[in-house]
Amino acid sequence: MTGSASGYVKLPENSGAWRSIGGVILGDAAPVVEIKHLSKIFREAKEEVRALEDATLSIRQSEFFTLVGPSGCGKTTLLRLIAGFEQPTSGEILLYDQPLADLPPYRRPVNTVFQSYALFPHLTVDQNVAFGLEMQGVDAARITQRVAESLALVQLEGLGPRRPSQLSGGQQQRVALARALANRPKVLLLDEPLSALDLKLRKGMQIELKRLQLNTGITFIFVTHDQEEALTMSDRIAVMNKGRILQVGTPTDVYEKPADRFVANFIGDTNFIEAQFREDAGTAGCFHLANGMAFDAHETNDLIAGQHVVLAIRPERAALVEHGLGTLAGTLSNIVYFGTDTTYHVAVPGCGELQVRSQNRQGAGAHFHTGDAVDVQIPPDAVRVLAS
Amino acid sequence: MGGSAVTKQMLRRASLIGPALLFIGVFMLIPIGLMAYVSFLERGEYGGVVWHAYTGEAYSNFLFERDLDGSLLLNTDYLQIFSRSLGLATVTWGLTLLLGFPTALYMALQPERLRNLLIFLVTIPFWTNLLVRNYAWILLLRNNGLIDGTLSHLGVTNEPISLLYTPFAIGVGLMYSFLPFMVLPIYASLEKVDLRLVEAAFDLGANHLKALVRVIIPLARPGIMAGSILVLIPCLGAYVTPELLGGSKSMMIGNLIQTQFGAARNWPFGAALAFVLLAMVLITMMIYTMRSKRGPEPAS
Repeated sequence: MTGSASGYVKLPENSGAWRSIGGVILGDAAPVVEIKHLSKIFREAKEEVRALEDATLSIRQSEFFTLVGPSGCGKTTLLRLIAGFEQPTSGEILLYDQPLADLPPYRRPVNTVFQSYALFPHLTVDQNVAFGLEMQGVDAARITQRVAESLALVQLEGLGPRRPSQLSGGQQQRVALARALANRPKVLLLDEPLSALDLKLRKGMQIELKRLQLNTGITFIFVTHDQEEALTMSDRIAVMNKGRILQVGTPTDVYEKPADRFVANFIGDTNFIEAQFREDAGTAGCFHLANGMAFDAHETNDLIAGQHVVLAIRPERAALVEHGLGTLAGTLSNIVYFGTDTTYHVAVPGCGELQVRSQNRQGAGAHFHTGDAVDVQIPPDAVRVLAS
Repeated sequence: MGGSAVTKQMLRRASLIGPALLFIGVFMLIPIGLMAYVSFLERGEYGGVVWHAYTGEAYSNFLFERDLDGSLLLNTDYLQIFSRSLGLATVTWGLTLLLGFPTALYMALQPERLRNLLIFLVTIPFWTNLLVRNYAWILLLRNNGLIDGTLSHLGVTNEPISLLYTPFAIGVGLMYSFLPFMVLPIYASLEKVDLRLVEAAFDLGANHLKALVRVIIPLARPGIMAGSILVLIPCLGAYVTPELLGGSKSMMIGNLIQTQFGAARNWPFGAALAFVLLAMVLITMMIYTMRSKRGPEPAS
């Protein structure tokens, strides 16, 4: 399956990777892309920018893998290193166990969907999609057929003779996808492909991308700064910040068990409460707040008595209850209505402002008003303990 | 009411273009018309023209000469001068393109601050007078000049090599003068090319040469065309460079026309030659415009 170092690494025509996951030769767990201790330092003038530091990752066959993080976290740099547009400062990238270091971008069996789409303005849609196939020396009849297939895949039949400038943003996006998919890459790299689309269109494309990935069985490496997009689309997510990979896991893992404060804060909303771990008799729980309140949590493994920790609690896992019935007492300072749910801001003395989110079922929460004395109820299984 | 608003808007637009139209009308169209008129007149005995004596003689003189018995004989002297001019202009165009495109591409790939410096450097030849530059080439190319002298001093050549007063000297001089006119328009269009398109080409399997031919050059086409027009047309009518570097054996159209108005005292013929040149340029431009209206070439 791996090609020679000098030539293109091509998928066999009938490998089935195009059609379905079931036909893929390699097992699901086999790594397609392995990234080992990869670092990239940009030197501009006298400044040294550490864009990527010691990244190690393993991306599996037919996986929808997402790199997510704020701008400047190194996610695009990592993608460009895989594509071959940048050379790593140290470390290596393996594709099916084959080092990519010596392969220029045009010999790598990966294709990229660029953030700006980068469609060739002087070529028609058909010619854009055919470009990669022509470069590979595919014969003309086959090109025509593959171009039609690719355009059908992204539902752009009939737009072939147009130029990119005659298409809407969403259509250009689809052409970019078709162009990259026409080459039947082993890995498709997507660099924030949806960021230029408006919300409605973006939601539609998210579903479509997922469908394409399932239908083709191609391994997708998707870069986004949108944590929601990362959660809804991915099989696994790598959360990055300041050039480092902080956590790799399934959306559930990353959301439910964030590895650190940054991840907990970046992926979804989180309340952070500083507390001390003490198992005092007669108190409400083992986590003691500076204001004297205390509550319990299930997750107390490996904690030493007296240790200071940060507790992370998702707003939707906490509940707003009548004063005297909950864990932490405070005052309702603000109510923000979102349509599907409502977020209550509760000022807890000595603890800061906590957010509690509840779904807008009929009648729920309607009896609370700004300024009311309320309690926040925190179930013990909702608390995630992070190192301080 | 609507009508007066439209008139007002038209007036406002006319006032924008008016001064330029007036200037071109008075100082270009009228002289050209006058030239056209002169080209159909009989030549005066001591230069000038005989007014109101109309003849097509000047145009037939371009291709034919009158034998002693009055019959017309084909005379290719002037055709040779035209084709030499065309050849030299084409060679100059080719060389400026060959040198200018990589230069422009290099410039466009530099960081922005460096680019402005490079543009400045490219325009430096404009800072000295055209005559001065051509005289400098005389000093370089003449026998025992800088080039010949250095070569014989180094023992590369035994006897003086004649560089000056050859078509080669004209080519070098023209290329030197017109190179910036090729570099700058190409740079202007390359600078606008999104470099991510080149990355996209690499990503899709194009090597450097294919990316150049399939993506960069097509996108630089407007600049290449503009540069070509700016080099080819003035080269065709070049006067100073062939006059100084070319000598009598490699006369170009410009010098031929000048001679008709000067020493030869044949104004109608000079005017006719100028119109033949103008016609050549206009026909070429029309072909180009018609081709580019059809849009860029299909890729394959």
